Amino acid sequence: MERNILEIKNLTTCFFTDDGTVKATDRVSISVGKGQTVCLVGESGSGKSVTSLAVMRLIDYAGGFIQSGNVMFHGQDLAAKDLDEMMHIRGNKIAMIFQDPMSALNPVFTVGDQIAESLMLHQNMSQQDAFKKAIEMLRLVGIPAPEVRVKQYPHEMSGGMCQRVVIAMALACNPEMLIADEPTTALDVTVQAQILDLLRRLQKELGMSILLITHDMGVAAEMADRIAVMYAGTIVEEGTVERIFDEPRHPYTIGLLQSIPGFEGERGGELYTIQGTIPSITQLPTGCRFHPRCPHAIDKCRKEEPILREVVTGQQVACWLNEDVSNHFRNNQRANSIAGSKAEVNRQ
Amino acid sequence: MNREYLIEANHIKKYFPIKAGLLSRVIGHVKAVDDVSFGIRPGETFGLVGESGCGKSTLGRVVLNLQRATSGEVLFDGTNIHQVNRQENLKLRRDMQIIFQDPFGSLNPRFLVSDIIGEPLRVHLRASAKEIDERVVELMSLVGLDPSRRNRYPHEFSGGQRQRIGIARSIALSPRFIVADEAVSALDVSVQSQVLNLMMKLQKEMGLTYLFIAHGLNVVRHISDRVGVMYLGKMVEIARTDDLFAQPLHPYTAALLSAIPKPTPHRRQERIVLQGDVPSPANPPSGCRFHPRCPMAQERCSKEIPELIEVGQDRQVACHFPLA
Ligand SMILES: Nc1ncnc2c1ncn2[C@@H]1O[C@H](COP(=O)(O)OP(=O)(O)O)[C@@H](O)[C@H]1O
Ligand SMILES: Nc1ncnc2c1ncn2[C@@H]1O[C@H](COP(=O)(O)OP(=O)(O)O)[C@@H](O)[C@H]1O
Ligand code: SF4
Ligand code: SF4
Ligand SMILES: [Mg+2]
Ligand SMILES: [Mg+2]
Repeated sequence: MERNILEIKNLTTCFFTDDGTVKATDRVSISVGKGQTVCLVGESGSGKSVTSLAVMRLIDYAGGFIQSGNVMFHGQDLAAKDLDEMMHIRGNKIAMIFQDPMSALNPVFTVGDQIAESLMLHQNMSQQDAFKKAIEMLRLVGIPAPEVRVKQYPHEMSGGMCQRVVIAMALACNPEMLIADEPTTALDVTVQAQILDLLRRLQKELGMSILLITHDMGVAAEMADRIAVMYAGTIVEEGTVERIFDEPRHPYTIGLLQSIPGFEGERGGELYTIQGTIPSITQLPTGCRFHPRCPHAIDKCRKEEPILREVVTGQQVACWLNEDVSNHFRNNQRANSIAGSKAEVNRQ
Repeated sequence: MNREYLIEANHIKKYFPIKAGLLSRVIGHVKAVDDVSFGIRPGETFGLVGESGCGKSTLGRVVLNLQRATSGEVLFDGTNIHQVNRQENLKLRRDMQIIFQDPFGSLNPRFLVSDIIGEPLRVHLRASAKEIDERVVELMSLVGLDPSRRNRYPHEFSGGQRQRIGIARSIALSPRFIVADEAVSALDVSVQSQVLNLMMKLQKEMGLTYLFIAHGLNVVRHISDRVGVMYLGKMVEIARTDDLFAQPLHPYTAALLSAIPKPTPHRRQERIVLQGDVPSPANPPSGCRFHPRCPMAQERCSKEIPELIEVGQDRQVACHFPLA
């Protein structure tokens, strides 16, 4: 089997707050193989961004720190690097793009200067070469008339164009790993389609690995080889895209999928809902973090926390039902899928 | 009298002046809404979709008379909303309400939830404090909020709960028509479905009519009876929801629908990827505004503006060469 480019192992991240130190992610493990796209999905506040910031060690600048765990990248542990070393790895071998392209662009420099700068820093290019490469990168990401655009400022471009510039900037140094945190969330679907197409094309051409964070299961279905589902700071399910969509086993994953106003389901009917809301990291429930919202919770769920383990090849789940009564649960789950969810709605 | 439409908008234009220089000379206009006509039937949900900046919110505000149209007329239950006396106007303002996207931004953070929900009652009904409080309790229960929390501030509530506060306020005066402008767009899917269920329930119970503005097409498809598609200030297609999604007639609608990522990994489908950006509404392309990006464009398209015309039962499209 091919080796993983990135292996996040039991990553626990904390923030210093007024209430003391709080854990934002707890023993998170995610692996990304070469040329693979792994999608990290989950509701807002579940710890997706914190995970990506921890991998990049940007968490150190956001009032947080890695408490334990490893971030293995090419056999080196990024979690143990000092910040100067990280500065060199960041933007060079691993690049990151964020939801808001404007936050990554400096309004007072032309986009050409900004792309060239990182090339001069990381690749020791001359200014002239760097500028040439910047034009080439803009062309690569599908910006028309790159010779003109390279001299423009971010405010002279639309949101979609700016996100392309950010991608050009991130890819300029040929990173092996791209971490993209909701890169299309702020964009219209038509522009999103352009950007996702672009990422797919560039991945094929450059052989890059991608960790794509999204809250949109549709985007995940379209992009992912594997999917990791996050809830309240932990990974609750992980598997190939087919397994997650065809045979989700964690009640939270099942709920997320059923809540999507479906193309298949009955239009205008009552939608499936997961009752309640995601807990705050300062007030996590005991046992399984999902138990107050889980329609299948049993007594054990309130007391003991289930850990993520492989239940079938290519699929890991953190849920007691999948350990003790997995067959019973699976059969039930199939029979119930939509009909059962309606009953849940009524019971609430 | 049996009218077809509760809301009827005829040839609505809304132009915003672009000013420049020391003297603030008007150097042009943003044609945010440019000659749009449509109607909403009593009790129906009319979905309005299109990319950001195409004029959805502006059209919604003009329909509610929160913003004066540059030209054109809006009829509510047959009455021209621009030609009413003070008393009729007060009545209209009770009948027509809006729910915004950002529940936090639209709720005053220094008001208690009971003040926020009760304000319309105080202003319009001059009800006593006790009557208002009773009604607030009733409204909070109706939208699934715990009434014992009414004397708290909005920031103590989650995003979904704040959206429920906004909904409770909007239905306080028992309106007949509500514009929901991206009301569920900022919510996570699990919370989104809770709020959508609430809106559908209230519609049934109160006989509400909705103009449901959203860029999330899955949501619009679920909740709407009919859908209007806007592009750069123009209404380009109107159809029953199922017809529109089964067979879009306007090339822009087709591109928009094909861009939706579908939660089904086995059907990664070919899609129509539009080239380029949406042009500026200050300087829209000649003829059909979609022609520079349209894969079907022919010579006539850059010269003649296609009118929105009836092409079938309950089906209108503005295109010289509609898809079939
Ligand atoms: N700088 C910070 N200080 C304290 N808490 C934070 C900080 N950044 C994020 N958090 C908390 O960490 C949790 C996870 O946040 P985040 O990773 O941003 O979620 P997601 O990206 O999944 O929406 C949230 O409860 C959030 O409030
Ligand atoms: N008050 C205003 N002054 C000037 N331009 C405006 C104003 N409100 C909206 N616009 C412009 O009108 C166009 C349509 O905006 P809007 O109705 O908000 O679109 P949507 O809701 O579809 O995103 C945009 O180009 C926007 O910039
Ligand atoms: S462990 Fe229990 S509460 Fe948690 S998801 Fe499984 S069944 Fe539900
Ligand atoms: S009128 Fe012409 S350019 Fe416009 S949508 Fe129809 S075919 Fe395309
Ligand atoms: Mg995030
Ligand atoms: Mg808007």
